[in-house]
Amino acid sequence: MTTQLNSSFRGTQDLPKWLSPTLLVSFFLASFGLQVLLASDSDSAEINFIPVAVFGLLSFTLALYVISRVIEGVRKATDRLVTIMVSTAFSLALIPLLSLAYTVVTKGVARFDAEFFTFSMRNVVGEGGGALHAIIGTVEITGIATLISVPIGIMAAIYLVEYGRGTVARLVTFFVDVMTGVPSIVAGLFAYALFVIFFGPGVRMGLGGAIALSLLMIPVVIRATEEMLKIVPNELREAAYALGVPKWLTVLKVVLPTSLAGIATGIMIAIARVIGETAPLLLIAGFTASMNYNPLDERMMTLPVFVYTSYANQGVDMQAYLDRAWAGALTLMLIVMVLNLVARLISKYFSPKG
Amino acid sequence: MSKRIELKSLDVYYKAFLAVEDVSMVIEPKAITAFIGPSGCGKSTLIRTLNRMHEVIPGARVEGQLLMDGEDVYGPDVDPVRVRRQVGMVFQRPNPFPTMSIKDNVLSGYKLNNSRMSKAEAEEITEKALVGANLWNEVKDRLEKPGSGLSGGQQQRLCIARAIAVEPDVILMDEPTSALDPISTAAIEDLAVELKEHFTVVIVTHNMQQASRISDMTAFFNIAGSGLPGKLIEYDKTEKVFSNPTEQQTEDYVSGRFG
Repeated sequence: MTTQLNSSFRGTQDLPKWLSPTLLVSFFLASFGLQVLLASDSDSAEINFIPVAVFGLLSFTLALYVISRVIEGVRKATDRLVTIMVSTAFSLALIPLLSLAYTVVTKGVARFDAEFFTFSMRNVVGEGGGALHAIIGTVEITGIATLISVPIGIMAAIYLVEYGRGTVARLVTFFVDVMTGVPSIVAGLFAYALFVIFFGPGVRMGLGGAIALSLLMIPVVIRATEEMLKIVPNELREAAYALGVPKWLTVLKVVLPTSLAGIATGIMIAIARVIGETAPLLLIAGFTASMNYNPLDERMMTLPVFVYTSYANQGVDMQAYLDRAWAGALTLMLIVMVLNLVARLISKYFSPKG
Repeated sequence: MSKRIELKSLDVYYKAFLAVEDVSMVIEPKAITAFIGPSGCGKSTLIRTLNRMHEVIPGARVEGQLLMDGEDVYGPDVDPVRVRRQVGMVFQRPNPFPTMSIKDNVLSGYKLNNSRMSKAEAEEITEKALVGANLWNEVKDRLEKPGSGLSGGQQQRLCIARAIAVEPDVILMDEPTSALDPISTAAIEDLAVELKEHFTVVIVTHNMQQASRISDMTAFFNIAGSGLPGKLIEYDKTEKVFSNPTEQQTEDYVSGRFG
């Protein structure tokens, strides 16, 4: 009786573990060899890697499926087929990302030196110079935008989640959704038009850039905070109410601390989202080659605009301008990466433990 | 320190829906009163009206009178926040504040209300409440650790400590043991019996043995059908309700014939 039971659970034989990777490597090598042969036949000496990959992958998939189907049966063969499909999709998604990182790092590293971080572009033609003025501008403008957006965004989200009922809340939610989709150039035009009212046409000011960026940032902060506040369990609010804690103190001392990690991560992502904005800053903050620490007066350079102008207005020593543009792009990417790391650290240290 | 609660033809509504109809009863101080009845009969709804917690749900309201030592809880100038400071509540699922340590959880009734206290006072209150909740010996060496690291039963006792730390007059327990194992349940039941020496204790339970074990008075609620309001069927001494109930419905329920 027991032997019968055992046999009803026994499946077909599994393929050995080494078979699948070995097949993969051998089919890619075979595909590569075939391409070499074909290339030596024809005129073109270069080997195109795309057909190598496609042919290698297809033949590998077919071979593994057939072998698996014969030895392991239909269910396991299908499983292997689907595994190959999702892995391929994942690799395809990874290619542009890795390629972008590789390009920016290799091209940016040429001018990623001390001078780049200590000099502005004032009186620099051709080689040398740096992006200190742009880094200062980016830090100041994004910083001011964050100072404006974070309190407004968090408080609006608190209103929506904790207080908002009925038509007003629905209207706010609707306009937040609309604002999320506002093109950045429109935000720049709006900030420019706003500042023209007060300072006259042709105004250029770092603060205007910060206003434009905060227009883009506020909806992102609201959305992120809203989601985080919503996942705070209602039981915690009730626990506080039952202790005779008024609503505003419950929000301030129970709901916000519980969701702090998520909100901080959301803010970092919002900053990362706007720090690379070019179009609105080009309009309202303008561009300059000189240092300007004052966001209330005159043109202010920022990193994305620095990259754009270096690339768009290449001077006599073309390579120097291109190198500076790539170094600016690399700096921007590193800032975004640092922001993401900070967000991860914050969520690690502030999230509720237990 | 322990108040008599009087309900006079109390109706509880969620918007237009009448959830509990015409409840009149007197809940005695220094005693345990158990609310029993099938799911959806309005026990939890009713217990939440005793500290005005049901108002947290939009559209919920009450008609009739609720007196606590003669004072109208639903009077026109009554602040629900002040009511809740005198009526502690323990919920079905343990809900310690995840961002706070064990000690801060016990003191949360003070800390969240921004009241200041000396270190010595804080330590005294913490110890008294944790001893009162039979938790002191288990956690005295890790008061600074997060409260969510405790077991379910310990968390529930921590929530009881949190509720008694602010020295309320009444303690409401809404199915406090339904998420706990039998050993933790026994600990909570013993605790409830100790608590009645100082407080008015009201407990909602699905467990009839629990009600017969620990309560002095038992109220049986029932509904005629879904969509209809819950009603108080019988309210009497626990022994009477379980051994010789007046109403046929009560007898059917406590003997396990329906519900």
